[in-house]
Amino acid sequence: MDFRDTPEEAAFRAELRSWLQENASHREVEAGRGDFDALRAWGGRLYSAGYVGLTWPEGFGGRGLSPTYQAIYLEESARADAPGHPGVIGLNMAGPTIIAWGTDEQKQRYLKLLLSGEEIWCQGFSEPGSGSDLAAGRTSAVLDGDHWVVNGQKVWSSYAHKADWCILVVRTDPDAPKHAGLSYLIVDMHAPGVTVRPLHQITGDPEFNEIFFDDVRVPRDSMLGRPGDGWKVAMTTLLHERGTLGFALSAELERMVNHLVELVRRPGPDGRRPADDPLIRDAVAREWIEMQSLRFTNYRALTTLLETGIPGPEGSGVKLAWSEANQRLTSLAQSVFGLHAQVTGDDAPWNGFWQYWQLRSRGNTIEAGTSEILRNIIAERVLGLPKGR
Amino acid sequence: MDFAFSEEQEQLRGFARDFLAERYDDVRLAQIADSETGVDAEVWAKLAEMGWLDAELTFLDQAVLLEETGYRPLAAPYFSTAVLAAPALDDETAKQVGEGRLTATLAWAEPGVPQGLLDAAGATVSGGRLTGEKVLVPDGAAVDLFVVTTADGLYAVDASDAAVTPHGALDGTRRPASVRFDGAPARPLASGDTAAELLGRIRDRAYAAVALEAVGVAQRALDLLVAYAKDRKQFGKPIGVYQAVSHKASDVYVRLQEARSLAYWAAWCVAENDPMARQACLAAKAFAGEAAVFACENAIQGHGGIGFTWEHVLHRYYKRAQWLAAFDGPARAQRAEVAAFLMD
Ligand SMILES: Cc1cc2nc3c(=O)[nH]c(=O)nc-3n(C[C@H](O)[C@H](O)[C@H](O)COP(=O)(O)OP(=O)(O)OC[C@H]3O[C@@H](n4cnc5c(N)ncnc54)[C@H](O)[C@@H]3O)c2cc1C
Repeated sequence: MDFRDTPEEAAFRAELRSWLQENASHREVEAGRGDFDALRAWGGRLYSAGYVGLTWPEGFGGRGLSPTYQAIYLEESARADAPGHPGVIGLNMAGPTIIAWGTDEQKQRYLKLLLSGEEIWCQGFSEPGSGSDLAAGRTSAVLDGDHWVVNGQKVWSSYAHKADWCILVVRTDPDAPKHAGLSYLIVDMHAPGVTVRPLHQITGDPEFNEIFFDDVRVPRDSMLGRPGDGWKVAMTTLLHERGTLGFALSAELERMVNHLVELVRRPGPDGRRPADDPLIRDAVAREWIEMQSLRFTNYRALTTLLETGIPGPEGSGVKLAWSEANQRLTSLAQSVFGLHAQVTGDDAPWNGFWQYWQLRSRGNTIEAGTSEILRNIIAERVLGLPKGR
Repeated sequence: MDFAFSEEQEQLRGFARDFLAERYDDVRLAQIADSETGVDAEVWAKLAEMGWLDAELTFLDQAVLLEETGYRPLAAPYFSTAVLAAPALDDETAKQVGEGRLTATLAWAEPGVPQGLLDAAGATVSGGRLTGEKVLVPDGAAVDLFVVTTADGLYAVDASDAAVTPHGALDGTRRPASVRFDGAPARPLASGDTAAELLGRIRDRAYAAVALEAVGVAQRALDLLVAYAKDRKQFGKPIGVYQAVSHKASDVYVRLQEARSLAYWAAWCVAENDPMARQACLAAKAFAGEAAVFACENAIQGHGGIGFTWEHVLHRYYKRAQWLAAFDGPARAQRAEVAAFLMD
């Protein structure tokens, strides 16, 4: 057991830290929310500096480093309060799935442009009739010569309105049993027949969308795996979405805890310092402890991964615990403002930062598998309890 | 970053688990806990034989043992001797501990004043004789030697020179005693800044140890809950199919993993004298103590009526969990200190 960086890791961390200090300007930090073009430019700079795709294969734009380096990057980026990469769905879901299932040609075609932020991806899994029950999806793909012809509707697709590509779960065999009839396509979002209609979230932002597919022709070789592999391929995606290694989540929580501490140390709207209230002190300390527990749980899972090639089960609860911590933390922050928390626009406290993140946090226990589904998974797969269905 | 225990440490864990499971099955544990002393007097020599009391053990080695003695409570003053007292002992006394010839504990709390490990002690020493009154001394009636906090530092006093009043306790295998010293012969162990610094280190260690034991307790409670949920049938199905039951188990699992991560972090910080040791130990103690209570309460609920009986082993774990959570103040006391690091 040793919690220190190796000399190589320490050097990487130091270099990254000073790079972030010089490069993550305030304008880009602001762009973390809203200004997508600025965020895209930031993504390009990150990529040129070599900080995107750290663990991805070297031939395809990555650096082939151990996951420890990705953990260091995420932690330092959060500590510097630097914005993230614009292509979250691509980086965290589409990319790893392509690496696991794609042909060399597919890797060549998609990965570099994904890393540089030049091409943005979205995920088309959920449908109006199938959310938690992903395998009940009905969007269909029928082979016609060299093309799959796709018809159907997806919903809640984040960033689809910005996306160039979509990872799409479709039904290719209506007669096969539920899971076995699924396949996994890569679809050009600019193709004829694709219509995107933004949906506004409770924050007011149109972050996710409906996507309609009307006779969309997709080249036959734009499939990951073979026809019928869709469920297995989708599981790879979900594994990464929920955070095979949840450093993105614990680092994000660290960023929020840091903001929270900053918030409570300043005088509030009534002139009093929230940090002088013992109940607030207790609640803030609780979230700091929670954050450390998730951080070190991730490191524990990482150790298992490096030793055995499989991430340890201890990490399976990180998304669940993180989502609830983020909800508590952001609500606590809003409570500090009292009714001022309601004021929007230019007069909103903290420019609306806490307003936005408190509301956005309610999605955390729904997206990427609801908390109920995650509890089912832990009960059945980790604890071996009998299946409820 | 390497979070794994060494191969030797994992071996030690395996031995410890087997030894404890064999010696303290649930029936035997109950017998000892309900006995006059709450102590398995014969086990101490065995511990020495197995090397559990060796001064050379690192805190990470001890961490493994502490987790296992939470999983199967060890009915002997191991925590008191190895965690609370040992760091203060001189070489000669430490050698006796290592050979299994001596058990010890720490006596710090006094009646009617703040009772934290780092609060000022009123006991005094003059002419090598110690006078004062201590309460809630862990395993106070089961040890040979007291390490006593005084206004002038830490002193060692033989149990035979003190007036010990044992108390009954919820956790029958870890009973507190009140101890009075009326001019008892006392040997100085540490004074001044050295004593304060030593006591700080003992507290960090004790917090890490509490967290480790709590992890063992929570793991056993979870194992009992999961086994019962697979076995017990109602409405024609194992109760584990009902989400009201299975989701409790999932929540306990998640908290347990978080607690374990913090406990190992704290243990490593103690072993390495890391600058983050204070915060890590506060965090681990606060979180793991509460996680153990949470695990036991959910396990009791998941067992229905049988879990509410004296016969079932769960209440033994519940009471140990409560002792751990209350040790040196409830979680909010540790969080208040964490808050000071963060906000002041
Ligand atoms: C912010 C946000 C972003 C998203 N982005 C995307 C995206 O980019 N791409 C995409 O494909 N999808 C996306 N989703 C969709 C998300 O994956 C689904 O909303 C989620 O899987 C739940 O599906 P549902 O909405 O149909 O709810 P339902 O499945 O209908 O669930 C409704 C309620 O029933 C509960 N429930 C359902 N089944 C069970 C069960 N077996 N046991 C216990 N409780 C159950 C659920 O937990 C939930 O509380 C996003 C969602 C959100 C909120």
